[in-house]
Amino acid sequence: MGNVAPSCTHLTCNRLLAYYVCMFDPVDRVFKALADPGRRRLLDALRDENGQTLNQMCAHLDMSRQAVAQHLGVLESASLVVVVWHGREKLHYINPVPLFEVFERWIRSFERSRLAALQDLKLNLEERHDKT
Amino acid sequence: MTKPDFAYAIYIRATREEVWNGFLEPEFTRQYWFHDNVSDWKAGSKWEHRRSDGSETVDIVGKVLESELHKRLVITWSRPADIDNPARISRVTVQLADQDWPGGPWTEVILEHTDFQDDTEMRESVSGGWPMVLSGLKTLLEAGFRENMVQPEGGCESS
Repeated sequence: MGNVAPSCTHLTCNRLLAYYVCMFDPVDRVFKALADPGRRRLLDALRDENGQTLNQMCAHLDMSRQAVAQHLGVLESASLVVVVWHGREKLHYINPVPLFEVFERWIRSFERSRLAALQDLKLNLEERHDKT
Repeated sequence: MTKPDFAYAIYIRATREEVWNGFLEPEFTRQYWFHDNVSDWKAGSKWEHRRSDGSETVDIVGKVLESELHKRLVITWSRPADIDNPARISRVTVQLADQDWPGGPWTEVILEHTDFQDDTEMRESVSGGWPMVLSGLKTLLEAGFRENMVQPEGGCESS
């Protein structure tokens, strides 16, 4: 798309994070966010217990608080993590919706072609059956 | 107030009004949710989640707790049989916000589901269901914008 999201004007000086936030294509952001073992571990932790605070997440992981916060920021910008304020607590939730869209785009269309293939096979066999 | 069990987000290339109607109006929901959501969506009203297959079977019922047109909706959620059992009534909050992205209008949809209590069966079925519903809503509403959209091949999907 080549455009830059308006949020780029007020970013931290962290260039890596800035890069992720600026990337507009949501699919790019999902795959880049997933292309890191630490971030995948964070998603695993949220899958096991959804709605954790930063402190809770740091307690279970062998990662600095800063690294966890930074990774969560990247996951959030890819919409793989959703933040909900619960009173004064900032809770992090795993958001499977972007992954579901990946599933829809590649896997379900594969299923569709497989179903079409089965349908063809059925018609072929029935046609042959009709001829005999 | 308990913390949400689930929170989902999706960004849809449509106005808040279009997203609101797409989420609540039967003419849209039956295309991706295969149910009609029936209510006047005013605070205090009841709502029903009815199958669109002609059977009129009601799968989910509830009350509208809060309703702010095109912005925020809070409803309760239970099976018809559990309507009087507070331990089996959960709550859904949907919030819509304008998203200032290029190529808009864009709407941010945040959906939270809270208070499953002891209803683990509902909790599980809902956790798999919402991503499908939200993704279906997005596909439907963005269809007009898509240049390379795969046309449905008739049959199973369009029914």
